Amino acid sequence: MTEATYLNARTTIRSWVLTTDHKRIGILYLVTLIFALVLGGFFAMALRIEHLTPGHTVMTAMTYNRSFTLHGVIMVWIFMIPSIPASFGNFLLPIMVGAKDVAFPRLNLLSYYLFITGTVMVLVSMFVGGIDTGWTFYPPYSSSTPTAIPTALLGVFVIGFSTILTGLNFVVTTHTMRHEGLGWMKLPLFVWAIYATSIIQVLATPVLGMVLLLVVLDNSLHWGFFDPARGGDPVLYQHLFWFYSHPAVYIMILPGMGVVSEVVATFARKNLYSYRAIAYSSFGLAFVGFLTWGHHMFVAGMSTFDAGAFGVLSMLVAIFSAIKVFNWTWTLKGGAVALKTPLLYVFAFLFLFVFGGMTGVAVAAMSLDVHWHDTYFVVAHFHFIMVGGTLTAFLAAIHYWFPKITGRMYSERLGLLSAALVFAGFFVTFFPQFLLGNAGMPRRYYDYPPQFQPLHIVSTAGSWVLATGLLITAIYLGHALFRGHRAGDNPWGSRSFEWRTTSPPPTHNFHATPPFDIDPYDYTQPLPGTDDDPAAEKEAA
Amino acid sequence: MSDTTVLAPQEHFATIEQQAHAARLGMWVFLASEVLLFGAIIALFTSYQVHYPDAFRQGVDHNTKLLGSINTGVLLTSSTAVACSVHALRAGKRRLAGLLVAATIALGAVFLVIKLTEYAKHFHEGIYPGGAGSFFQVHHARGLPEFWTLYFGMTGLHALHVTIGLTVLGVLLSRIMRAELGAASAHRLELGAIYWHLVDVIWIFLWPLLYLA
Repeated sequence: MTEATYLNARTTIRSWVLTTDHKRIGILYLVTLIFALVLGGFFAMALRIEHLTPGHTVMTAMTYNRSFTLHGVIMVWIFMIPSIPASFGNFLLPIMVGAKDVAFPRLNLLSYYLFITGTVMVLVSMFVGGIDTGWTFYPPYSSSTPTAIPTALLGVFVIGFSTILTGLNFVVTTHTMRHEGLGWMKLPLFVWAIYATSIIQVLATPVLGMVLLLVVLDNSLHWGFFDPARGGDPVLYQHLFWFYSHPAVYIMILPGMGVVSEVVATFARKNLYSYRAIAYSSFGLAFVGFLTWGHHMFVAGMSTFDAGAFGVLSMLVAIFSAIKVFNWTWTLKGGAVALKTPLLYVFAFLFLFVFGGMTGVAVAAMSLDVHWHDTYFVVAHFHFIMVGGTLTAFLAAIHYWFPKITGRMYSERLGLLSAALVFAGFFVTFFPQFLLGNAGMPRRYYDYPPQFQPLHIVSTAGSWVLATGLLITAIYLGHALFRGHRAGDNPWGSRSFEWRTTSPPPTHNFHATPPFDIDPYDYTQPLPGTDDDPAAEKEAA
Repeated sequence: MSDTTVLAPQEHFATIEQQAHAARLGMWVFLASEVLLFGAIIALFTSYQVHYPDAFRQGVDHNTKLLGSINTGVLLTSSTAVACSVHALRAGKRRLAGLLVAATIALGAVFLVIKLTEYAKHFHEGIYPGGAGSFFQVHHARGLPEFWTLYFGMTGLHALHVTIGLTVLGVLLSRIMRAELGAASAHRLELGAIYWHLVDVIWIFLWPLLYLA
């Protein structure tokens, strides 16, 4: 078969590294992100092994501090923030709006290389002194530690620039590049999710950029923006940092929710229960996300009134999230549910996200947070959202769009098996951490009293199951990349727009742009001109 | 390329109007991001101002109101000039547009010269960022180093934006002079002009905070 696709259009290395094709840039991101996930995961495994016994197990306290910092920095800024938008967003958003490319293709390539530059700077900081502040870089410690703060923070600053430019590109693409006849209310919900995410990226990231620059100036030139000795106030750093870093949670989770909407509709073969509610609640989350940062600072000397206000605003997040969760579950009810790997990951997402979300409501109450603040309870809570939410959605996306991107199919049995392993491994790793935190185990501590050891051992064992699940995934997906059988253009029978072209798509996305007259979630009529034809289905049965 | 040439859009756009719309929206989104960048440091400044009202009063009083106000006038005039240049280019008056952009650049340079003169005066008085310098051995008000550090941070970042703006306008001017920009491609000049207005708007906030408050 010699059909022209974006993969075989040109095959030189130059045609990849200098590409302006959004699909190839998406692939470049995906490869880089998987590398980051492996590296961040390596540090996570090392941390869990260190906690097998109290005191010294395999690393010194200093190495431990640097490891948890790098785990956080890599996972948050190099994996989680760009994860779904930069890879799948890049690949799919232009196709889903019926465009040939994003609005600014060269800027898109620049974003990628800024991302690479920032990543290299963060990695270089590992070798020129490391960083031991934790991923939150709180002063006054970060403004005085002799470790490689400037290199690492400028690295994150550059990555932030890349994030802003990607967000800008997506906002403009969604506004100006939609195909004729494609109104906002006909867009796949993944587009809505990426759009809302992009708005946060554009508006929140510069605040982080500013505040990191100030810390770099404090650390290298001793300007003292946050140095109490010069009249500075470290708590102001926390305000500005969380003004970005709380909305950043929605940069991580909203695209995941977009993936869930797509997967749920496709595998339930049903129109989503309420398109508008899911679309608008993304904006609700994006908006409320800007007003909740204070809940990170309940014990930093905040007045009871402020803490109450931030607590209530934080609980609003649960309402918008619940709107989505109820919509998805109600869509699944009575649907022709096909339990394939992507949907199994979505079930994992629903369980873990709801679990993590409920604990989020709990820590948003000041009276409870005072007890749980800076303990493993909080660690478990945000890992339920970030790993249980974003990572499972990312894995759902990889499996769901694997045939779209590569034109090949992976082993469904291994897919289901590893999804089950990832879910079980995750739960066994992090559920004990709720108990540990509630019992008083502080986060980021190298040592712990012996009575905590059993739970730490369970947690570490869970991390091995999780790693095994991911390793199996890497193996069968790697195998499917070269040996998987041809998937056909639309193996899931989805109605969404990205499946209305060949898999893999041609360089300009559509051979002839199809009329977008059938909605992306309309399963009431067959999709003409595709595999999803009732006649073909009857034959197969 | 004469002014009447119909421009071909880039491959992935259907029409030149769509391309111009995308470019303009892109610039506005970028400026929104810039506003938040400055918003962060302005928020920091006002927080410290509430912490240390006396020291910040002293700092503001120490600045030369006249120089700050002249610079405000210079920047506002330059912004008017660049706005007019877009209209001129759109109306096909390429020469006039070029002159107006050149005037904008000259005024921007005047702004920087005045700003650097002020910096020289501060350094001469022993005022450096981070509470360094002889000035702070005489003036002990708590929070005074914060004022000056933020002053240098805010005006320095703004001056960096002025410099970037001047570079952009310089490139646009050379393209107007070589007749590469004309009535049909006036939106490209408009993008530079919008960016220049941002530089202006930010100064409108810095001026009262640092010179008048």
